[in-house]
Amino acid sequence: MTIDKTIRRHTIAVIVDNEPGILARVVGMFSGRGYNIESLTVAEVDAHQHLSRITVVTSGTEMIIEQIKNQLGRLVPVHKVADLTSEGPHVERELLLVKVAGVGDHRVECLRIADIFRARVVDSTTESFVFEVTGASEKLSAFISLMEPLGLIEVSRTGVVAIARGSAAIMKRGAGN
Amino acid sequence: MAQQRTAAKAAEPAQRMTGAEIIIKALLDQGVEVMFGYPGGAVLPIYDALFKQNALRHVLVRHEQAAVHSAEGYARSTGKVGVVLVTSGPGATNAVTGLTDALMDSIPVVCLTGQVPTHLIGNDAFQEADTTGITRPCTKHNYLVKDINDLARTMHEAFYVARSGRPGPVVIDLPKDIQFAEGPYEGPANVRHRTYRPQMAADPALIERAIDLIAAAKKPVFYCGGGVINSGPEASELLTQFVRQTGYPCTLTLMGLGAIPASDPLFLGMLGMHGTYQANLAMHEADVMINIGARFDDRITGRLNAFSPNSRKIHVDIDPSSINKNVPVELGIVGDCGTVLKQLIEAWKRRKAKPDGKALKEWWKKIEDWRARDCLRFNQSGDIIKPQHAIKRLYELTRDKAPFITTEVGQHQMWAAQFFGFEKPNHWMTSGGLGTMGYGLPAAIGVQMAHPDKLVVDIAGEASILMNIQELSTAVQHRLPIKIFIVNNQWMGMVRQWQELLHGGRYSESYTEALPDFVKLADAFGCVGLRATKAGELDKVIKEMIKADRPVVVDIHVDKTENCFPMIPSGAAHNEMLLGPADEAKKPVSEEGMVLV
Repeated sequence: MTIDKTIRRHTIAVIVDNEPGILARVVGMFSGRGYNIESLTVAEVDAHQHLSRITVVTSGTEMIIEQIKNQLGRLVPVHKVADLTSEGPHVERELLLVKVAGVGDHRVECLRIADIFRARVVDSTTESFVFEVTGASEKLSAFISLMEPLGLIEVSRTGVVAIARGSAAIMKRGAGN
Repeated sequence: MAQQRTAAKAAEPAQRMTGAEIIIKALLDQGVEVMFGYPGGAVLPIYDALFKQNALRHVLVRHEQAAVHSAEGYARSTGKVGVVLVTSGPGATNAVTGLTDALMDSIPVVCLTGQVPTHLIGNDAFQEADTTGITRPCTKHNYLVKDINDLARTMHEAFYVARSGRPGPVVIDLPKDIQFAEGPYEGPANVRHRTYRPQMAADPALIERAIDLIAAAKKPVFYCGGGVINSGPEASELLTQFVRQTGYPCTLTLMGLGAIPASDPLFLGMLGMHGTYQANLAMHEADVMINIGARFDDRITGRLNAFSPNSRKIHVDIDPSSINKNVPVELGIVGDCGTVLKQLIEAWKRRKAKPDGKALKEWWKKIEDWRARDCLRFNQSGDIIKPQHAIKRLYELTRDKAPFITTEVGQHQMWAAQFFGFEKPNHWMTSGGLGTMGYGLPAAIGVQMAHPDKLVVDIAGEASILMNIQELSTAVQHRLPIKIFIVNNQWMGMVRQWQELLHGGRYSESYTEALPDFVKLADAFGCVGLRATKAGELDKVIKEMIKADRPVVVDIHVDKTENCFPMIPSGAAHNEMLLGPADEAKKPVSEEGMVLV
């Protein structure tokens, strides 16, 4: 039996009960077992059933990724684990806020680049801008590196959220009662 | 949010009672007869409710760690959930070792911990600890009850989680104000867990593929473990039936001993680091491995890249995360061992599968040659008692009573596993995964509570026993006639053995100076104390021990230098075992091996 040792990046969606400690449980499993978290986002997505969706980007060999999914699956409050990377095409998006400070030509250059990236200016003073950009993580990183020489002083990113393409849903939503 | 989960839509109004009363009622409705605990400020309302009833018995331990081990012993010898009640802060932190032990060995335990009142949580109150935070990684699941309306459901859910799927410990943290508050009670029938539904039966297509593999095997081996025991006694019977149907050899892990009768000629003995020569070599040379309820632990596999290199592997486990964790397998089957065994037996019969008789005969010839090496032999001569001899005699003199055996951790534990034959499941309680010294005495208390008329022996080392020696007092108070059989070599034997093998014989801190006089110590606690220092005294002392209807401490002075063999040194493969002291010098341990534990 040959074992694939290539390390790959996987985006995993986990649907969990929105209860106290659930995030600690998930994060603790990753740190306790020595797995890697590249990004993690969490928010309630189904108010009727009190379900949260955790999107975690991790990397590892095929065996490790399988293990991560199984370890997530055995946590009692976990409803569903979906490996978006291996289960077909999906969309990944991240939101970025960057603060750029400066005066003069730099400000003009900033706005030009922002325009190319379809970034929105969400705050502006005479010596600063805050830009909002949405897109794939690589696009956000590219934007950051272009802004770096133009007076970038602060970055805030959400981490990846992702969803599978097509008409199927990860699980049935609560009807509410 | 959680309140909404309450499934109860009963027509009649729910009974109302205090939190403490709800706890006791829920325990009784779950069929709990006995619990192990220690009172303290944050659980006084529960102890008060306990005082006002007679149905539920409580065993007062002397340390909270022991309460959990006792509950484990109770659970392992009965198949029921063990129950623990401890106070907040130090009560809970003391329980952590026991909880971790139960997690590693998949033992169903529900541990109730007191907590400071909800309005004080997070204020560094007296005897406050973040119990759910501390126990999150050492429990299967845990709860903090902050609303009295959630209490009854949480209690029932905890029992369901503890015993279902791969069993494990569950903590319920109970703030004191919740214990006083009044709320509704609902019975277990109304509570259904929202998500947790472990898969019991295997995918039938996988069963067919398994039968294909099993029937085609030329050098097969069954490798089975604690999952079979945890699945219930019926699973052990089914395993025995299937093994006999195929005529294939079967080896068991430390956790699996008793799953098939030790006296069955198809049984090769335990495998792994201190397993038998025939079991380990059969694993190494097998062409088809049928793993049922074992988890490819590092004590079993030895060096992973040399582990059973040519076998096609089938792995049955109720926990999907056990499959392909350490060892990649060809056929992973998720399901309960008993249920899957039933499916396998049914498919084997339906397809009229037959093993390859000629190949099997040759395979058995090979195995019998290995068995003929008699890897467990030792030389008992003269006055000095060999530790193996002590345990062998204990086995021979008690086997007609089908005793329950618990152990501490170390050389004596491995010798017990090697020399004690178990004909039935649930008679062998040992700390396998965590390797907790101090496990055996409290575990024996739990076993004896469940089986008051049976012989319960803790095979101990003189170092381990001192880790929970205070529990002798518990045994005396509750009139539990447990027998503590100390194999006393004055060393932490397994530590000394490794120092001899790996650290040039520099015996750093592994000799116990100033050991107590165990006979006087037994006397001081109100137990019977016995001692044997010469081979000739051994049988008499064992017989006297069996006869006593009180707790007994037996101090057997054994050979101080004896090492535990056979042994697969860390970092070595199954076919690189050391069979005895003469092998040690020939096969020095590799550097990679030294860093392993």
